[in-house]
Amino acid sequence: MEYRLSTPLKKEDVDKLKAGDIVYLSGTIYTARDEAHARILEMAEEKKELPFDLEGAVIYHCGPLMKGKDDSWEVVAAGPTTSARMSKMTPSLLDIHQVRAFVGKGGMDNVTESMKGKSVYLAFTGGCAALAAMSIEKVIAVHWLDLGMPEAVWELKVENFGPLVVGIDSHENDLFTDVRKKALEAYSKIE
Amino acid sequence: MSNSIDYDSVVSAVVDILEEAETVLPQDVVGALEIAASEETSPVAKEQLEAILKNIGIASRQKVPMCQDTGILIFFVELGRDSRMDFRLEDAILEGVRKATQSIPLRPNAVDPLTRSNSGNNTGNGIPDIKYELVDGSSVKITVAPKGAGSENMSSIKMLNPTEKDSIRNFVLETVLNAGGKPCPPVVVGVGIGGSFDKAARLAKSALLEKVDVMNEEEKTLLKDINSLGIGPMGLGGKTTALAVHIKKAHCHTASLPVAVNIQCWANRHASVVLGGDE
Repeated sequence: MEYRLSTPLKKEDVDKLKAGDIVYLSGTIYTARDEAHARILEMAEEKKELPFDLEGAVIYHCGPLMKGKDDSWEVVAAGPTTSARMSKMTPSLLDIHQVRAFVGKGGMDNVTESMKGKSVYLAFTGGCAALAAMSIEKVIAVHWLDLGMPEAVWELKVENFGPLVVGIDSHENDLFTDVRKKALEAYSKIE
Repeated sequence: MSNSIDYDSVVSAVVDILEEAETVLPQDVVGALEIAASEETSPVAKEQLEAILKNIGIASRQKVPMCQDTGILIFFVELGRDSRMDFRLEDAILEGVRKATQSIPLRPNAVDPLTRSNSGNNTGNGIPDIKYELVDGSSVKITVAPKGAGSENMSSIKMLNPTEKDSIRNFVLETVLNAGGKPCPPVVVGVGIGGSFDKAARLAKSALLEKVDVMNEEEKTLLKDINSLGIGPMGLGGKTTALAVHIKKAHCHTASLPVAVNIQCWANRHASVVLGGDE
């Protein structure tokens, strides 16, 4: 199945998605990778409010390449980064914030349980940064630029961002784990 | 009579090869991706490869980097024994990198390993990594290979026992298996066998510069084994986990068998320039 969804995402938007479906997203997405995840969790611990709203949000595992132009920013290249680096921090993040989708590449480890009934993982083809930039209409804002360009949180307006493959759905199906299991089986058979 | 090489021409040549490497994928790699896209039967695998080919087209037409991870910059310099320069070559390379970071632009990727503070211009302590090799002649060949972290992080090195040569294949396969979709497959696998701890890694890295469509029998067999795993493009399943395998060897200590596996994402970027030379 192919779906076109708009942010903020609702529970019913993600409920209907099954591993292997194709999704195109429109609306607002937030980039966040290692350092931004760590800061989001730190701020929750210190009971501080975030400068952006993660209710129904889409987090994009991406450290974009931006070009400063007058007072604004232009997206040059913005493909996904390796999501597995955020695996450990994601269950804690989902305990605090109602993030409905994570977009990245390569899959995530041990997150199916924490995503169950509330969130999905969408895979964008890794390295396709020029292609991704085509569907990013503008930079709405940038937060935490002190973390450096790749690690800052970039609030982006996107239109038909995709194709995204549902890698992990909210019903505990994980395409990457399935492929991995088959690969292990194939490995054991190699003479 | 040989030409002497001047500072400014090195700086501008470095900017040029960086732009070429970041925006145009070498033709042999594009060709291998096209073959893979035509041979995949799974719709998801095909879609991944078609997205990659579309992305490559946009990047080269618009002269923008094909991947936002413009890499940590690795230079291979083949220095002619008879070349003449009245300046520090490394200074010119560094200036080229700083200029290209602004002009292309490149993502500032170089950070202090512990404080994680970003230098902002892709240079820093020991970075870019410049590897020198002395060669005959009076010219200087500079090759740049921007290396993304997704695939570099999945690379591995192991000091095997000298009697364990049969487990080299297992080590390579396990490295690819463990990497799964993380290094942006289809990958290119560079294998360094022998030398020392660091030499094996250098051999593996330089193997990534070899043409992907030229392989010997040993390499073809290993490629077939890797692709039988079915990890596929982006780890979503399929026939193409790797585009190529290249193996480089060196003599090693009688008590050692170092093996290094350097994984390269599909964006197997590199470009070269030759400066100076005989008139």
